[in-house]
Amino acid sequence: MTRALRLNKGIEQGVLDLLKFLLDSGKVKGVFTLNKINSNGDVSYSIITRSSDLDSAVPFFPLMPANAGKLLSRFTLKGGTKEPIVAVVKPCELRAFVELIKREQGSLENIFFISLTCGGVYPLKTEVDGTIKEDIPKYWDAVSKGEILGDLRPACRGCTEFKPHTADITFDVIGSKDLDKQSIAFLNTEKGEELAKGMKGEFLEKELDSKKLNEFKIKRESEKKKLFDELNIKMNGMDGLIDIFGKCIGCHGCMRVCPICYCKLCEFESPDAEYKPSTFETELKKRGGVRIPPGIIYYQLGRLTHIGISCVGCGACDDVCPMDIPVSTIFKKVGESVQKLFDYVPGRDVEEKIPLVTFEKEEFKDVEE
Amino acid sequence: MLKSESDMEKNNGFMPKIVAFLCNWCSYAGADLAGTSRIKYPPSILPIRVMCSSRVDPLFLIKAFLNGADGVLVAGCHPGDCHYEKGNYYARRRFAMLKKIVEEVGLEPDRFRLSWISASEGTKYAKVATEFTEKIKKLGENSTKKKIFL
Repeated sequence: MTRALRLNKGIEQGVLDLLKFLLDSGKVKGVFTLNKINSNGDVSYSIITRSSDLDSAVPFFPLMPANAGKLLSRFTLKGGTKEPIVAVVKPCELRAFVELIKREQGSLENIFFISLTCGGVYPLKTEVDGTIKEDIPKYWDAVSKGEILGDLRPACRGCTEFKPHTADITFDVIGSKDLDKQSIAFLNTEKGEELAKGMKGEFLEKELDSKKLNEFKIKRESEKKKLFDELNIKMNGMDGLIDIFGKCIGCHGCMRVCPICYCKLCEFESPDAEYKPSTFETELKKRGGVRIPPGIIYYQLGRLTHIGISCVGCGACDDVCPMDIPVSTIFKKVGESVQKLFDYVPGRDVEEKIPLVTFEKEEFKDVEE
Repeated sequence: MLKSESDMEKNNGFMPKIVAFLCNWCSYAGADLAGTSRIKYPPSILPIRVMCSSRVDPLFLIKAFLNGADGVLVAGCHPGDCHYEKGNYYARRRFAMLKKIVEEVGLEPDRFRLSWISASEGTKYAKVATEFTEKIKKLGENSTKKKIFL
């Protein structure tokens, strides 16, 4: 039995109270969370150290201005934090951070995680046009009913990994009634229990309702299937790929926001990727023409081989794509098939090795001819 | 070599171009042995010597394919015989991943091949070269070769 803590406050206020308690009691020295940064209500991730500044925090705001996994990696790249910090992140952000830890791009030292069974986030455009503010009540209503809103990020609509794997504290929101009046936090680890100790609320022995979550997973799975079917890139060959990626303007935004793409100098931005005059000449002779900038398909396929194995499906890539290419759906589809090959779930466990840096002697006999 | 290539082309119409990444310690020596033993095999293979099959980044294979190679071969020491002890095990995983990706995006995984050829297997090298060439001939030319908007 996992211990759980029932708070007599709605979900948004409940988690805020918990964070304030953690800061006030000195159990943590900082809180990494989403914050409203101006009167417009724009949000961004920040680390807050004074509980009075937490009034502007919106920990479970359904928006992902950047994948927090990537941000935490930058924060801890040169060494872990000395003071204990609690980070409120979404499951895919936590998984991304774990993947980065495996790549030695950060440290878990002194960071504790609060997460939730995630209902998904809205696209960034909704913050630009301001519609997200009106959507919040609708969002929590749909989450508590276990419904999937059609205007969420496509990656979120089809996400089946909505339950955090390694969070210390998990708030149960999907399919939870009375989210505006009460909230339940599951204390998954010893550290989680220790953090919650002394907090005002009712302590219970309880498990996450797996039946409820499975029902929700089925809904998400059918939504995912719909997304994959719409994409229908299979069997279209190179022409299909050109259809999808042809309008790519080569901004490499998808690479920049991708939590798994951590290289400081990307292969595809290095001088190696530039065409020399002689390359242009050969290409022109061979093909009778060449796309400028060249290498769009090379970039996308190459990035698939680089990060497909660890793609957490957060959807940041197609959210930033100015040409509305369904990048995340493609990466999720291909990534999942590769991950299945190695029975790997990115970010499931920090001890689990990335499949490409390990091997078994007796395997994949069928790939050799 | 050039003469025989043009002869073959006259006969069959199409002689594939196969880029082969051969590991220095086994497969390249195997290819050498095929040559010194005067074993016959088609002139379709364009060998690139690498120190180990694990040196082959999946990106190399994609690049070769997009630049118009009709087939791409990776060859290394047999499992357990790697000069660096475990390089070919990593190569095998990468290759399995690449094949899956190629298949999922709707390209032709059959244009990619991984084979283990030891330094003493000149005949196997010739066999792999012949088989793979025949297979590619059946698949036909890599259509990517003529595409402009890549």
